[in-house]
Amino acid sequence: MPKKFESDSADARPSGASMNAFELKAWFVREVLPLEAALMQYLQHNWRNKSDIADLRQDVYLRVCEAALKETPLQTRQFLFATARNLLIDRVRREQVIPIEAVSDLDALDVAIDAPGPERIVAARDELRLLQAALDKLAPRCREAIVMGRIEGLSGREIAARMGVGEPTVSEHLAKGMRALADILYGDPADLRRRP
Amino acid sequence: MSEPGLDAAPGAADIEAAASVWLQRRNFWDWSKEDQAGLDAWLSQSMAHQLAYWRLEAAWNRTERLEALRSAGSETPPQRKTWSAPLKIAAALGISAVIGVTAAYYIMKPRDRVFTTPVGGREIVSFADGTKIELNTDTVLRARMTTDRRTIWLEKGEAYFQVTHDAKHPFVVFAGDHRITDLGTKFLVRRDPGRLEVALMEGRVRFGAVDASPKSKSALLVPGDMVTATASTMFVTHRSKPALARELGWEHGMLVFDNMTLADAANEFNRYNRQKLVIADPAVARLTIVGTFHTTDVKAFIDVAEDVFRLHVETNGNEIVISR
Repeated sequence: MPKKFESDSADARPSGASMNAFELKAWFVREVLPLEAALMQYLQHNWRNKSDIADLRQDVYLRVCEAALKETPLQTRQFLFATARNLLIDRVRREQVIPIEAVSDLDALDVAIDAPGPERIVAARDELRLLQAALDKLAPRCREAIVMGRIEGLSGREIAARMGVGEPTVSEHLAKGMRALADILYGDPADLRRRP
Repeated sequence: MSEPGLDAAPGAADIEAAASVWLQRRNFWDWSKEDQAGLDAWLSQSMAHQLAYWRLEAAWNRTERLEALRSAGSETPPQRKTWSAPLKIAAALGISAVIGVTAAYYIMKPRDRVFTTPVGGREIVSFADGTKIELNTDTVLRARMTTDRRTIWLEKGEAYFQVTHDAKHPFVVFAGDHRITDLGTKFLVRRDPGRLEVALMEGRVRFGAVDASPKSKSALLVPGDMVTATASTMFVTHRSKPALARELGWEHGMLVFDNMTLADAANEFNRYNRQKLVIADPAVARLTIVGTFHTTDVKAFIDVAEDVFRLHVETNGNEIVISR
């Protein structure tokens, strides 16, 4: 069994300052979300059961944010990955039912931490391409609704009229599109970069 | 605090689905105070709800920024369409000092054109598509016309837009945190520090926030509607035609005061003149005035103050102080 990453190690030492809920949101959006692609890569690499990934990501975020409310981590990246690692170890220990091969290569963590994350590679000038590729990945009706709403500035009602579908259907398209965009923009830029 | 359990229902996917329903509702459908209260209650139920919502919202906000960039048409060759905008282009340095770093980045882009008026100035910009923009006093406006869309940033001041509607080439005005989307229209936008006013004369526009922050909502305006938005509030009033015409008095170089307080009237004059009126006494500030003045005719205003209101007027360098 791999050792737990000590959260009070030098890299992840808290700064001692705490945040309020408002600052937490800003911090989460500014510092944590850009690491999502790397985190997903790490979770997918180290956890066999893919259906757990969404819950694991949520729990990593929860742990990180609950900790940040008390003390803001100095090094968000190190802290996030240390938390992810500890979470996976806890899961293995607690749930005896999980076969041992569910956790592969936990000790390769350090590599994941040090490797340049996709967020460093995707420069601002690539954002346009990223968005267009993200839109391309949406289901056609979903994309249609999102483009009308986002680019043409239409309301839900106007989109429904234009698409000739009911308002609940438009709601579904928009909600689905928003989720997919978040996954693509935060969780999956590596895949996009490979596209022509 | 109890450990966030993986086994606790509902799962992350369900929470995210619920968050996405809230987010699209707030952005695309009627949104009342009760709706906001409902969202707030849902968010306060657990940090998992907040995180899921923040994440979707942040991604959504990011697409907005990208959409604004998209209007640069970075895939389209720059020379495809010529816009006859023969007015002065302010030196990038001078402008960026006024409007900050973010805008300075855009100004570096070759296709942006910047139009400015000095205090007391007035300028009409005509575009090849027939659209006319009239800039009022002390105004900075940036225009980016590409083959697929028309984007304007009102950095400060006031402008009257007469837009040739073209659904294939959306016309969008960004002013601070807000956006106004043309749907076939004549409208007026005035941006003061901390406050934005949009008045619709003809046609339709959609008014909303650039970022979908909890404070924001969007509205479809009909002629006569006037929106006043600050950082935290937004309300719509309906104006009669004469009242709207008064808002546009500056188009003819006139200020029209209809029971306006002296304080507000002085502020209006101060927008157009370097010599600033100062009302030194709160009781004087509350007096109301009816009348029509030339925007630069401060003397006429002072005459009214002295002769009609029997006030004391003293010129002190660049200030004209009015007191009892």
